[in-house]
Amino acid sequence: MADLTTTFCGITSPNPFWLASAPPTDKEYNVRRAFEAGWGGAVWKTLGMEGPPIVNVNGPRYGAIWGADRRLLGLNNIELITDRPLEINLEEMTRIKRDFPEHALIASVMVPCEEQAWKDILPRIAETGCDGFELNFGCPHGMAERGMGSAVGQVPEYIEMVARWCKEATDLPVIVKLTPNITNILYPAEAALRGGADAVSLINTINSITSVNLDTMAPEPTIDGKGTHGGYCGPAVKPIALNMVAEIARHPETRGMPISGIGGITTWRDAAEFMALGAGNVQVCTAAMTYGFKIVQEMISGLSQWMDEQGHQSTADFIGSAVPNVTDWQYLNLNHVTKARIDQDACIKCGRCYAACEDTSHQAITMSPDRVFEVQDDECVACNLCVNVCPVENCITMETLTPGMVDARTGKVVEADYGNWTTHPNNPSAAAAE
Amino acid sequence: MSSSLRKDGVVPGRLDEAAVQANFTDLHPAYDPHEALVAADRCYFCHDAPCITACPTSIDIPLFIRQIATGTSEAAAKTIMDQNILGGMCARVCPTETLCEEACVREAAEGKPVEIGRLQRHATDTLMAQNVHPYARAEPTGKKVAIVGAGPAGLACAHRLAMHGHDVVIFEARAKGGGLNEFGIAAYKSTNDFAQRELDWLMQIGGIEIRYGQALGAGITLDGLRTDFDAVFLGMGLGGVNKLSLEGEDKDNVDDAVGFISELRQADDLTALPVGRRIVVVGGGMTAVDAAVQSKLLGAEEVTIVYRRDQAAMPASKYEQDLAQQKGVRMVFNAAPVGIEGNGSLTGVRFAFTAQQDGKLVTTDETFTIPADQLLTAIGQTLSDAPEGLQINRGKIAVDATGRTSLPDVWAGGDCASGGDDLTVTAVAEGRDAAESIHATLTT
Ligand SMILES: Cc1cc2nc3c(=O)[nH]c(=O)nc-3n(C[C@H](O)[C@H](O)[C@H](O)COP(=O)(O)OP(=O)(O)OC[C@H]3O[C@@H](n4cnc5c(N)ncnc54)[C@H](O)[C@@H]3O)c2cc1C
Ligand SMILES: Cc1cc2nc3c(=O)[nH]c(=O)nc-3n(C[C@H](O)[C@H](O)[C@H](O)COP(=O)(O)O)c2cc1C
Ligand code: SF4
Ligand code: SF4
Ligand code: SF4
Repeated sequence: MADLTTTFCGITSPNPFWLASAPPTDKEYNVRRAFEAGWGGAVWKTLGMEGPPIVNVNGPRYGAIWGADRRLLGLNNIELITDRPLEINLEEMTRIKRDFPEHALIASVMVPCEEQAWKDILPRIAETGCDGFELNFGCPHGMAERGMGSAVGQVPEYIEMVARWCKEATDLPVIVKLTPNITNILYPAEAALRGGADAVSLINTINSITSVNLDTMAPEPTIDGKGTHGGYCGPAVKPIALNMVAEIARHPETRGMPISGIGGITTWRDAAEFMALGAGNVQVCTAAMTYGFKIVQEMISGLSQWMDEQGHQSTADFIGSAVPNVTDWQYLNLNHVTKARIDQDACIKCGRCYAACEDTSHQAITMSPDRVFEVQDDECVACNLCVNVCPVENCITMETLTPGMVDARTGKVVEADYGNWTTHPNNPSAAAAE
Repeated sequence: MSSSLRKDGVVPGRLDEAAVQANFTDLHPAYDPHEALVAADRCYFCHDAPCITACPTSIDIPLFIRQIATGTSEAAAKTIMDQNILGGMCARVCPTETLCEEACVREAAEGKPVEIGRLQRHATDTLMAQNVHPYARAEPTGKKVAIVGAGPAGLACAHRLAMHGHDVVIFEARAKGGGLNEFGIAAYKSTNDFAQRELDWLMQIGGIEIRYGQALGAGITLDGLRTDFDAVFLGMGLGGVNKLSLEGEDKDNVDDAVGFISELRQADDLTALPVGRRIVVVGGGMTAVDAAVQSKLLGAEEVTIVYRRDQAAMPASKYEQDLAQQKGVRMVFNAAPVGIEGNGSLTGVRFAFTAQQDGKLVTTDETFTIPADQLLTAIGQTLSDAPEGLQINRGKIAVDATGRTSLPDVWAGGDCASGGDDLTVTAVAEGRDAAESIHATLTT
């Protein structure tokens, strides 16, 4: 069986599955049970300053989006950082690290944007024996209003400055956790790198309002008639997170910087996808909150099975393997021509492909009086919409035209050579062919 | 339709081959991959799930369903087989409606449980189709264990012992292994020779030898086995059947249902199997239902199950009863056989209605006759030829929770042993647990 042991910026854990800093890692009781259940590491619920801890609301903290069968697709929360005293957290972390030396224990930290505050707290936390720090520059609600969390994470100069303070204050690895609530994820990632951070982790939650109660005219979750935006996470945010991870992984400045992938990871496959796009490990919050710690068993068995099938001995064998295949639009091969193909035996004649193509695409599917649906190659632009709306898996597929065939839509012979927009004749700034 | 459909007597060929084949297809057909995903999606991944508790082998059901849902049916099969090496057969034959699926929270909520049995079949079929055997033997221990009977209990015990590195010899009276999986289970539950395919698949672990045609009691003695082996496991099932104890029981075409089904299961050509036009089945359990349904499927015109108590007391599950009724089997309750009619060959069975008197079931004076040219009795199986020297409890070999008998080096499990229901899955659980107990004893 494949060895799942993974080393992420110098921190080794039995598998790449860490629990993200959030309620699952809020206290010793949870983390102990999580490690016993098989999680490879945990980023402790974000620690704050010494003194009276922050308080949370005493009404609902979560809102959710569900599928028709109540499968939870997206979660929204307005929880703040830990609301337990610092000393207690530190005592508990110490015991955990003592009892689980092989597991990764990371301290997530958020204190005001003052040099001394960070320089005072890191050495104290380091005494727990923790393996590293994660700087929470991501929390999008509550803490941001107090000049912390995403209020720092949205200003690259602050990220760089705080990361530098932290590196001066500790020898342990420092991971900067990024907020997705920005225009371009590369700015904060580059800032973290400049500040000397060892790694970045992303994404934290996305500003969101999940629903509005139309009787009370208040956003949900509602607390005494009012609501506030929360942070969105869970399966719905995965595509957004994947893109941000890929951007950092392939950008020349940030390429090679360790990335801890977070956002909607629910199955082994989600984890493998993040890792293929350059994440050195992954962190999970909502999936554990939805199904309990036990889901890690499926992540472990699934990733091992897949690695065995692929012949990967260790996670390092495939981390980043998909990064070279992420490119800019302008470099996509415009000479690659495909056409939709309907498998008439599989087709159940619902007509959804027709409606989609006829009403909203290129009128490339015909419908006969006896409900036979056929693709017209002379109109099909290969947009893939019919594939995506067809309820029958693999009923519509894309066939690649081989060089030499004629594209009935353009009348042109399919070329064998790669040709992209940068050299396309329609591009006014195309580079000369020679 | 074949011409012998309305012929009286017990004759072959009531239906033509195509009709018989259609009748005996899979009762719970395999899912296609998409169906499996949709079915798996319904599982809530319950905490400390009640379905696990309800499974006699305690399969981690939410985990294996999640593994199917995430595209790793092979891992799902491994989760199943870690607990139940005959998970493939159990997926087909377990009365899930009284086990895991009855306990499923969606049964309580909607009357529509997650289809655990069919999902289990999907997973195990996927792995077995690849002919992968996911277990390897531990270092040889040099210990030898004798097992009597290659039924589910014996096979589950053998596999677990082999895994732990012991050498196993199975003594099997018949010429074929599998026990009632091969000879008893309804044909529409185990199609395409599944029992033998599963047996072959299981044997891939190595370290198990089956000696066919070797019966305990016929040249082989328990004392002999105890001398030659470090431990003995008895998994010989129930070899005898109860008799009606009525005059005329020796008439032609009065058969025991287990024997009838065994013949059916071994028939190469079901159309060549003789079956009555009017059949009466006496009994109320799974065997009665299976005998009735299968004779109906062979083309019997009228099939009646007569059970001595009321419907609620019937041991066959509601699902089995519905199945019988769907197939056109008539059910008569609160009546017991009192006479076998016919001069030479059978013409009918006389019944008396029953009543409760002082907490006991008695027959009343009110009688009736059901015309029949075949009578199948399914009123229970019994332990036959249990070896001497073992403590017997209510007609079965007495065992403790680990399967140990009154002799220190002899274990027993499955139908022949006390405790638990007479089900394939229970036999597997008991065989497995006895193996763990034997292993613990042999290695300390
Ligand atoms: C008609 C019928 C239908 C059934 N349907 C179902 C069903 O749908 N679902 C379900 O869960 N259960 C069903 N059962 C019950 C289930 O088949 C049994 O509970 C299960 O097979 C018991 O397993 P076992 O290993 O204890 O015994 P068996 O399966 O009976 O196996 C015993 C083995 O020991 C061999 N043997 C016997 N005596 C000796 C000897 N002296 N020496 C050597 N070998 C010997 C036998 O040949 C046989 O191979 C059914 C039973 C019957 C009779
Ligand atoms: C209730 C809740 C509380 C959270 N608290 C923190 C926190 O204290 N610190 C932090 O860095 N991230 C926090 N997060 C964000 C998660 O760590 C994670 O980045 C995010 O939920 C995305 O991952 P997911 O889709 O697996 O949930 C919190 C998330 C939730 C749902
Ligand atoms: S999940 Fe637990 S703490 Fe939260 S509302 Fe329900 S009972 Fe209360
Ligand atoms: S959407 Fe798919 S199933 Fe429906 S008509 Fe089109 S090809 Fe057939
Ligand atoms: S009880 Fe039903 S829904 Fe719950 S885990 Fe078991 S199969 Fe799934």
